[in-house]
Amino acid sequence: MSTEAMTSTRSSLPRWMTNLRAKEAIAGYIFLSPWLLGIILFIVGPMMTSGFLSFTRYDIVNPPEFVGLKNFIEIFTKDRLFWPSMMLTFRYALIVVPLSLIGALAAAMLLNQALLGTTWFRTFFFLPHLTPIVAAAVLWGWIFNADVGPINHWIRTITGSDNAPGWFRDPDWAMTGLIIMAMWGAIGGNTMLIFLAGLQGVPQELYDAAVVDGAGIWAKFRNVTLPMLTPTIFFNMVLGIIGALRVFAAAYVATQGGPAYSTWFYALHIYTRAFQYFEMGYASALAWIFFFVLFVFTYVQFRQSRRWVYYAGEVD
Amino acid sequence: MAGEVITRNRKQAGGGFIPVGAFQSASFQRAFGRGILYLIAVSSSAVFMFPFVWTVLSSLKRGGELFRFPPTWLPEIPQFQNYPTVFEIVPWATWTWNSTFVAVVSTFGAVLTAALVGYSFARFRYPARDVLFILTLSTMMLPVEVTLIPLYLMFAEIGWLDSYRPLIVPSFFGGSAFLIFLMRQFFMSIPIDLDEAARIDGANYLRIFWQILMPLSIPVTATAAVLTFMSQWNEFLQPFIFLNTKSKYTLAIGIRYFQAVAGFADDTEPKYHLLMAASVMMTAPIIIMFFLAQRYLVQGIVMSGIKG
Repeated sequence: MSTEAMTSTRSSLPRWMTNLRAKEAIAGYIFLSPWLLGIILFIVGPMMTSGFLSFTRYDIVNPPEFVGLKNFIEIFTKDRLFWPSMMLTFRYALIVVPLSLIGALAAAMLLNQALLGTTWFRTFFFLPHLTPIVAAAVLWGWIFNADVGPINHWIRTITGSDNAPGWFRDPDWAMTGLIIMAMWGAIGGNTMLIFLAGLQGVPQELYDAAVVDGAGIWAKFRNVTLPMLTPTIFFNMVLGIIGALRVFAAAYVATQGGPAYSTWFYALHIYTRAFQYFEMGYASALAWIFFFVLFVFTYVQFRQSRRWVYYAGEVD
Repeated sequence: MAGEVITRNRKQAGGGFIPVGAFQSASFQRAFGRGILYLIAVSSSAVFMFPFVWTVLSSLKRGGELFRFPPTWLPEIPQFQNYPTVFEIVPWATWTWNSTFVAVVSTFGAVLTAALVGYSFARFRYPARDVLFILTLSTMMLPVEVTLIPLYLMFAEIGWLDSYRPLIVPSFFGGSAFLIFLMRQFFMSIPIDLDEAARIDGANYLRIFWQILMPLSIPVTATAAVLTFMSQWNEFLQPFIFLNTKSKYTLAIGIRYFQAVAGFADDTEPKYHLLMAASVMMTAPIIIMFFLAQRYLVQGIVMSGIKG
């Protein structure tokens, strides 16, 4: 049956054409091959390996020893840093991402007002985004210095009291410090540029129609600008949350996860278990839990997005 | 807010029909509104720029000046020799060279192979292409943590630890999903008639890629190169895990090492002023590069993100 179908297709098409098709496919695969190989070598292979390792005890020196679900049970029942680190990582992401999206949208709208010197303002907003995270952590560490940093100096001057936050030295304030630092880098960054282009792409006639219907500034924003930007907001939200949940360098350099584990992010937890204690099996289990949580979280966001993301090009 | 532009245009266009008094009060309101917008723009620029300004000023102070209370803005006498001093107390020149080497080579590999893969996705029809493309996009969401441990073990196995190979070699396998996406989107905007004309003239696929598509894709290639260079220059986690020897450090981990030792006054005084100078020196090349490529970059970033 299938042979018949194949011969009939082949006979209905001129021979050179099927050859051309095959040639095209082969060439396509050849150009694709570095990436295919890369996916196998650096993504799929390692993922399967770490999946396997998560069921073992492995300290690099001795061969991996199969322990079943022991790692997972230990993580959920005995690991005293697992739940706190997971929670504070999510708390961080769920504060940083929405705030930086709102900030980026506000900044983009400001830059869309055709003010004189807009190019300069755009550059000023964008520069923090260019600062290497490590350099940012170093310089903010100094700005947040509890004793002689400028921020605390201003806080003391304004409030008139000697009580100022200890920032990276203070368990209650270290997270806030990291959030401020992240926002500084994120608000004027790529998201803002993308929003700016999005704003400029909103069709003029939609605003005209809104004005005819008596819409004020807020109504125009709420009913025209915002819906038109939802695809961009969604895209940036998904990638932003994934990026924020993976926060490592900023925390490692600025606070080393402290003080008192107040910035002990999940990635720091994995890193410590893997590369300080060399518990590769245990750390792989931690990493897989992380991957699973991220996957579910992203999936839920995609499901939810159908309710609020509006694609202008979509027929439905 | 965005709508205000239209309102303004309407008023200008229809100015003749509106009674003079009303026009004046509206224009006063508008000027007031614009004034507030300028105020917001200038003050938020100041907020964004403040950490830079503070860092640059701190980098020009003498070590003890940083600990003065209340803090001072300007250095008493600008200490430009702070910058050369950084080179003396840590192997800054070596680290800069290491960072440059890793970033340049891996950028070359990433952009070249991402362009080839993007070409494949944009111009060829073959089974499973669309599935593979979606798979490619979904790797953007994969946390590197899941693959890092096996990669470390693998590189340890083949003796690549403490060398630049783990940082460079993977770049030659398509770069990243983001780059591939960027290149594919751009190639798809180039009319396929050009390819077909070249084919009729007897050009093979590689030649079409190299002599037709790539010359037309210089802006997007530049964008891809600059973005990759920046992310490699800034990369912390991977060099941190794969490199051990101090002389092999890249700037990102070098500066962290410097930070860790700067607080301890091993001989005379803390070295925070030098640390600030180091931060400036690590950031400056990126900012210069941004200014050189600004026009392309903004376009490229926008193009990559506008379609969700």
